[in-house]
Amino acid sequence: MASKLSEGRRQFLHKAGLGGALTGLASSISLPVWASEEKLDLPDALPEWMKVPGGEFANYGQPSKHEQQVIRWISANSAAPGNGVSWTPLHDLQGTITPNGLHYERHHNGVPQIDPSQHLLLIDGLVEQALSFDIKSLLRYPMQSRTCFIECGGNSNSGWRTNPIQTQAGYAHGLVSNAEWTGIPVKLLLQEAGIKPDAKWVIAEGADAAALNISIPLEKLLDDALLALYQNGERLRPENGYPLRLVLPGWEGILNVKWLRQLRLADEPLMSRDETAQYTELQPDGKARQFTFMMEAKSLITSPSLGMMLPDNPGIYQISGLAWSGRGKITRVEISADGGDTWVDAELQMPILAKAFTRFNLPWHWQGDYAILQSRATDETGYVQPTREALVENRGKHGFFHYNAIVSWEITEEGDINHVYGF
Amino acid sequence: MFMVSKLLTIACLTICLSPSYAEESFQPLGNAADEQSRASQWNLSISPTGKGLPQGQGTAAQGAKLFAIQCAGCHGPEGIGASAEPLMGEVGSLSSKYPEKTVNSYWPYATTLFDYIRRAMPINAPFSLSADEVYALCAYILSKDGIVSPETVLNEHSLPQIKMPNRDGFIAIHPDNR
Repeated sequence: MASKLSEGRRQFLHKAGLGGALTGLASSISLPVWASEEKLDLPDALPEWMKVPGGEFANYGQPSKHEQQVIRWISANSAAPGNGVSWTPLHDLQGTITPNGLHYERHHNGVPQIDPSQHLLLIDGLVEQALSFDIKSLLRYPMQSRTCFIECGGNSNSGWRTNPIQTQAGYAHGLVSNAEWTGIPVKLLLQEAGIKPDAKWVIAEGADAAALNISIPLEKLLDDALLALYQNGERLRPENGYPLRLVLPGWEGILNVKWLRQLRLADEPLMSRDETAQYTELQPDGKARQFTFMMEAKSLITSPSLGMMLPDNPGIYQISGLAWSGRGKITRVEISADGGDTWVDAELQMPILAKAFTRFNLPWHWQGDYAILQSRATDETGYVQPTREALVENRGKHGFFHYNAIVSWEITEEGDINHVYGF
Repeated sequence: MFMVSKLLTIACLTICLSPSYAEESFQPLGNAADEQSRASQWNLSISPTGKGLPQGQGTAAQGAKLFAIQCAGCHGPEGIGASAEPLMGEVGSLSSKYPEKTVNSYWPYATTLFDYIRRAMPINAPFSLSADEVYALCAYILSKDGIVSPETVLNEHSLPQIKMPNRDGFIAIHPDNR
């Protein structure tokens, strides 16, 4: 593999070497159709949908039937179909906002169908006054919008495996999505209840059939946490926590508790199942990292990526992908076509928002040689996305959660794309 | 003159409206909920000290029968090697080449076992087990690896006293983010 790469090492990334390529093409192009002398039979020349009235209005729009293959991929326990995940098809999407019907899911026991008129949020524990709120009341509070990603702590976990998984980008790395969440700053409600001085943690509980409970440091809820009621402008989808959920920008998905029913302020964490047995990372020495809330910087080339192929050899391709960091803004994404020997800065699409997807792009003139495409993200704290080798060296292979290494796509001379390790 | 009067109107509106914006940004709408806060359905979480544990008791022998009916289908008759997460065995395996994270090898607190079984198991019928049944299942699972003796009666007092083999196996990353 290394020798293949050295042959192709001459290939380079550049910002659209279009001039030369087009000059070469011009002489071989034949006259365009519109220059023909032939008389057009207009109705025959027009497509059917220009000659008959279109379809009816829809109360709620759906994607084109030609896009029906763009779906979340569901991976659930056959014995307990409500326990599993569905992956966002990142490889089929563009821009930065994940459509609501494609936002990733992680459910521990199915999607509850909650009647909002019967749902309450209780804030109690170490507060001056325990308070309950119904949804109608919550809708009257001042709200803020925040565009941010939510990423499952277990996203990309196939990266720990010994052999590289041959799965499309989104179906290996799409337990992350990016949406505009609108809701009430959690601190408003905590302050209304009155926070006692010894409160340090908040035990959040969901109203699903797993009654999911987890401890969250109080300072995060007083910082930028939202009690979200809206997702990309509409009320939350049931699978994303309807009628209300926590959104903790930049922090592990499990903490963004859906179907939220209770916030209990406490002086210690609860040591619930999802902060001990799960969402902790076993290290080679037998100790486990716990309370690893921050989702570190990560990036992924979504196109070209596994499952696609490069039809023109040579040809110009638009390398495009996503980068994000729980610590803040993405400041740089570099692309390599030679397995990490040389790197070129990609263009970052504006606006660059903290703790949100940043789209990166770079035109690539593929000369037809064997190549290894990679992206490497840096965030505003200076954190640089690690190689797989460095991550495994530091953490071993049994941590399961928080895999954020560089992803390598092998481009064969035939234009096929595979997932590979070792670069 | 028109401009001046328009400006005055705007100024007046600003003055009239600004106090109502400045003093209160929202109306507090929370309802006092002391009674709710004490009710059992709002006290599902059990802390490592045992706070929140209901009264009740159970033994490993009682738990073994329940396990076969309620748990073995997904977790396997030995509590390991089936479609659901492994529960028993593999104590001491965590630093080996093939670590296995079972309840008995990995979970730091026995109170978590009660908390989780009650709220989430069996997966097709959460909250269907009585407190006695949950204590019995805890006793059975823990006894399989000798964490409690087979005769132990687990209840709200004895369960929090159990020291799990991996109690000291966790390193808190937050807030230092090492």
